[in-house]
Amino acid sequence: MNKIRKKSLNAGSQVFNFINYTLLICFAVVCLLPIINVLSVSFSSSAKATAGLVKLWPLDFTWASYQYALTNPQFIVSFLISLKRVGLGLVINMAFTVLAAYPLSQSAKDFRGRMFFAWFFFFTTLFGGGLIPTYLVVRNTHLLNTVWALILPGAVPVFNVIVLLNFFRQLPKELSESAFIDGAGHGIILTRIYLPLSIPSLATLILFTAVGHWNSWFDGLIYMSDYRNYPLQTYLQSLQVQTNSESLIHATTEQLKQLTRISDRTLKDAQIFIAALPILAIYPFLQRYFMKGLVLGSVKG
Amino acid sequence: MTKFRRQLPLYLMLLPCVAAVLVYSYYPMVGILIAFERFIPTKGFFASKFVGLDNFTYLLRMPETLDVLRNTVFIAVMKMLAGLAVPILLAIQLDLVRRAWFKRTMQTIIYIPYFLSWVILSGILIDVLSPSSGLINDIIKSVGFQPTFFLANPKIFPYVLVVTDVWKGAGYGTIIYLAAITSIDQALYEAAIMDGANRFRQMLHVTLPGMAPIIALMATLSLGNVLNAGFDQVLNLYSPVVYSTGDIIDTFVYRIGLVNNQYGIATAAGLFKSIISAALIIAGYRLAYKYADYTVF
Repeated sequence: MNKIRKKSLNAGSQVFNFINYTLLICFAVVCLLPIINVLSVSFSSSAKATAGLVKLWPLDFTWASYQYALTNPQFIVSFLISLKRVGLGLVINMAFTVLAAYPLSQSAKDFRGRMFFAWFFFFTTLFGGGLIPTYLVVRNTHLLNTVWALILPGAVPVFNVIVLLNFFRQLPKELSESAFIDGAGHGIILTRIYLPLSIPSLATLILFTAVGHWNSWFDGLIYMSDYRNYPLQTYLQSLQVQTNSESLIHATTEQLKQLTRISDRTLKDAQIFIAALPILAIYPFLQRYFMKGLVLGSVKG
Repeated sequence: MTKFRRQLPLYLMLLPCVAAVLVYSYYPMVGILIAFERFIPTKGFFASKFVGLDNFTYLLRMPETLDVLRNTVFIAVMKMLAGLAVPILLAIQLDLVRRAWFKRTMQTIIYIPYFLSWVILSGILIDVLSPSSGLINDIIKSVGFQPTFFLANPKIFPYVLVVTDVWKGAGYGTIIYLAAITSIDQALYEAAIMDGANRFRQMLHVTLPGMAPIIALMATLSLGNVLNAGFDQVLNLYSPVVYSTGDIIDTFVYRIGLVNNQYGIATAAGLFKSIISAALIIAGYRLAYKYADYTVF
């Protein structure tokens, strides 16, 4: 921190400081404790966990729940569906983001349709058909129970397009103008000038898109009528709503059998943690780019 | 002609994007017709029987409707206020921290929940809030109070939603405000110190006013969320016991539409929400433009 403000340190400030640190630590502890608790339960024996004895440290440490989860065929299948979804979704979302952002970043003089198309995309963030009509369109285009149902309806992430197009517009115009005079077309300008200069903001969008796809579960729930097509988060959600009677009406006998088998708390917590693991693994990168991405998105010229 | 040839690649780039948006964003808007129909899926959007405003009057007569509306606005507004206040407070507190490692560690910890889905977070919460074996109730019991079934008590449930929403979202807001604080002119602090301001006074008279524009911007942009009480969160945490205070428009639409298959009524309820939300979002953007010079593109 800066030197000027350092000088005004006296007894009153010390008390103030102490209170400040204490409150921050309290908040951080509240953020972290539930996660540590679940992690401890997942590594404990199910007897200790069911008795409610596990707090912030595993009791009777065991990998059993993780072994069980990782040998559960549906868990593996769902995990792979999620990976596939992240991979495909990332490629399509990023391709569409770049393809939409570049034309829309041109001035109205260079691209006549700019305002029309900008509004064409932006309008979808204001108003939509809603749950049922969107579901029916996905059904009518025969995407139900395919991975494309999780990708195509959100193929153009409009807010990401807006972030990227605003970034493109900040790039010095002289670069593309001189390239144009040298005979470069739009494709060359985009791939040789714009994209290399936008790597930080592209990295941010890539990370956020991947996390978004990994974390989505509701589209899996409505577009997959067969639970064997569930991505991981949807699968986990279907395990958790076992107390919710409505979901049981729709459950197949096979699902019900699975629910009773997996009602064990340690197993549930192990699965929760495995699903969170990829996010926690890329978390250091996320955090770094998160700052930049937000500043890009919110504070622009 | 050369001008058109120069623009042609731009149109070609937009083509796949326009196609995807037409099919999956604009075509469903045609489906809004369902709100005015006794919709029969096999007949499609156009051939089903037109019933005028019947679905809307049916909705108005449903006993849950008023509760659902009230719950939605109450939960959403509480979240907006808490979601504004807590990150501002955290950002100010973090700004006062001098030890860089401490500041960094705190930031790292409070952002974690933001990146986890509500499926994962609610799995964690259901465990931690359990009345028999949950961590929170253990603490409550150890101080001598009765355990509370947080997720099954209609009086408490909305506040559980608000608090856990802050838990998930606080890190996100904090970054924005922290960035705003770092851009405050240091000369202002210098002047305040010359005038004898202690650190609390500096915060009150320099830091807070310096954050005012971004606070105003975030507040106006959040206006569109008055009817967004958090579908993902509520669907994963609620149960029929707390419908009276915890059921919101989105979960209501989901149940009547996709669980009970009353497509027309669900679409009518969804349309009602969409129109009001769109009006609020536009109002938010206009205010943001007027007071903070904010433009979207």
